[in-house]
Amino acid sequence: MTPIWVQLAYLACAVCFILALKGLSGPRTARMGNLVGAAGAVVAVTIPFLYLDLDHVPLMLGAIAVGTGGGVVGARTVQMTQMPQMVALFNGVGGGAAALVALLELHELVSVDSAEAVSWFVLAATAFTIAVGSVSFAGSIVTFAKLQELMTSRPVVFPGLPAVFALSLVATLGLSVSTVASPAVTIGVVLALVGLVVGVLLVLPVGGADVPIVISLLNAFTGLTVAAGGYVLENVVLLVAGTLVGASGTFLTMLMARAMGRSVANILFGALRGGSTLGAGEASDRPVRSAGPQDIAILLGYADRVIIVPGYGLAVAQAQHTLRELVEVLMARGTKVDYAIHPVAGRMPGHMNVLLAEAQVPYEQLQEMDEINGEFKQADVVLVVGANDVVNPAAKTTPGAPIYGMPILNADEAKQVVFLKRSMRPGFAGIENELLFDPRTTLLFGDAKESLGKLLNAVKAL
Amino acid sequence: MSEPVVWLTIFVLSVFVGIEVISKVSSTLHTPLMSGANAIHGIILLGAVLVTGTTDNDVALVVGLIAIVLAAVNMVGGFVVTDRMLQMFVRKKPKVSTKASGSTGSTSTDAA
Repeated sequence: MTPIWVQLAYLACAVCFILALKGLSGPRTARMGNLVGAAGAVVAVTIPFLYLDLDHVPLMLGAIAVGTGGGVVGARTVQMTQMPQMVALFNGVGGGAAALVALLELHELVSVDSAEAVSWFVLAATAFTIAVGSVSFAGSIVTFAKLQELMTSRPVVFPGLPAVFALSLVATLGLSVSTVASPAVTIGVVLALVGLVVGVLLVLPVGGADVPIVISLLNAFTGLTVAAGGYVLENVVLLVAGTLVGASGTFLTMLMARAMGRSVANILFGALRGGSTLGAGEASDRPVRSAGPQDIAILLGYADRVIIVPGYGLAVAQAQHTLRELVEVLMARGTKVDYAIHPVAGRMPGHMNVLLAEAQVPYEQLQEMDEINGEFKQADVVLVVGANDVVNPAAKTTPGAPIYGMPILNADEAKQVVFLKRSMRPGFAGIENELLFDPRTTLLFGDAKESLGKLLNAVKAL
Repeated sequence: MSEPVVWLTIFVLSVFVGIEVISKVSSTLHTPLMSGANAIHGIILLGAVLVTGTTDNDVALVVGLIAIVLAAVNMVGGFVVTDRMLQMFVRKKPKVSTKASGSTGSTSTDAA
C-alpha cells in the first residue's frame, strides 16, 4: 500500500498540472503556469526515489541526467522558427517512452502475476498504450522530418495506401485483442511495430500546412497513452496528467482546425479522398505591378494608417527585427501601425506572436484577426511580408480552393496593398492569390530582410 | 465504489477539467500551450522510473533506461522550450505596468 503522504504529494502534483494548464491559457500567467507545471513534474519524479527501495538507482539517475542534458541543449539551441518541429520531436519521444513503459509492464504482468488473473481491462489499457504510443512516436518523427524539410512537405500518397492503412489498423486491433486474450511480450512487440507503421501512414498524406494540427493531435494521443499507463501502474499523477493533456490537447486541436476553417477528419484524410490538401504549386506568369523600395517607402511614409501582415517568409528571412525598426520609424513619423496576426500565421497557431515577441515587438501592437479585420477598410497601406495564403481572397470567393472557408485577413479591402515576396511562387497551400494581380497591389521582390532594410533606409531618408 | 470505478471517475473528471481550464485560451498562446501540455505528458518519466526500478531482467533494464532517457528529454526539454517561448512575451522595460494592463484588455476581448 502506498503511504498516505505519498498519495497526498501525488495529489498536489496533479493539482500543479491543472494550475499549469490554467496559467498557460492567459498571457500574464503563462510563464508562472509553466514553472508550476515543471515544479510538479520534478516533485512527482523525485517521490519514488524517496519512499521505494528501487534498484538500479545510479543507472536511472544517469539516464535522467542524459535525457535532461539532451532536452535542455535541444530546447536552448533551437531557433524560434524551428519551434514546431522541436515540439513534435519532444512529443514523439514522450510517446515512445510511454510505449516502452507499457511493454515493460506487459513483461511484468505475464511473468510475475501469472498465478493470479490479471484484469482484462489492465491488459487492454496496456495494449492501448503500446499501440497509441508507437503511433505517436512514428507520426511525430514523420512530422518532424516534414517540417525540418528532411523529406517533402507535400502530401505523400501512393496507390493502395488506404488499403495498407486499413490493413494495419485491423492488425493493430487484432493484436490488441490477442494481447488481452493471451498476453505475451512477443505480441506486444509486434503490436508496437505495427503501431509504428500506422503512425507513418497516418501522417504521410498530410500536407505541410496542416502538419501543426497533426502535432497537436499526436500530443493529445501521447497524453491519453500516459493516462492509460497511469491506470496500469495504478499511479494517480500519470492518470490525471495524461488525461488533462489528452482532453485539452484534443480540444486545442479542434480550436486550431477551426481557425483554419477545416475539420480534423478533412486534414487527416483529405489527401486520401483524392482532394489533395495542397494544390498544384506552380508559379504563374501573369503580369503584376512591381516597384522599387523608393516608391514603396513614399507610400508607407505618407500613409496615416498602415497594417502589417507578417507571415512565415518573414521568419525564414529572420527579418522580424528589421521590420520592428521600420515600424518604429513609421510610428515616429506619426503613422498608426499595427500587426495583423492571422491565427495560423507562421507554421503553428500563435507561432508568429512568439517570433515577433522575440523581436521585442510590444504585445499591444499585435492585433488578432477578429480585432483588426474591420479596420482594413481604413488602412492606407497593407504591407504583407512573407505571407500569402492568409490574405488570399480565394478563401472567400472560390468554393473549390483548398483553403476555401478559412477565415482570412481582409487585406483586399485596403486602399493599397504591398507584398514583399521572394518570387511568384504560391504559398504553402499551393494556390494562386488573385490579390497579387489586383490593380491596387504593388510587389517588391527580394529577400524579406534585404527588402525591409532598403525600405527602412528609404523611409528614413524621406 | 469498486476500484476500477474510482479510476474511471478520476479519468472522467480530469477530461472535463482539462477542457475547462483551457477553454478561454487566446490563439496567441496556442503554441506555448501545446508545448506546455507536451511537457506535462513527459511525466511518463515517473512511470519509467517505477517500472525500471523494480525490474530484475537485463533486457528490461536496458529498455527501461532508454524509456527514462526519452521521457526526460520530453519533460525537461518541453518545459525549457515553453519557458523560452514565454520569456519573449515578457517585457523588462519600465513600461511594464501599461503592458500588463494592455494584455489584460486583450484577454478579456478574447473571452468575450
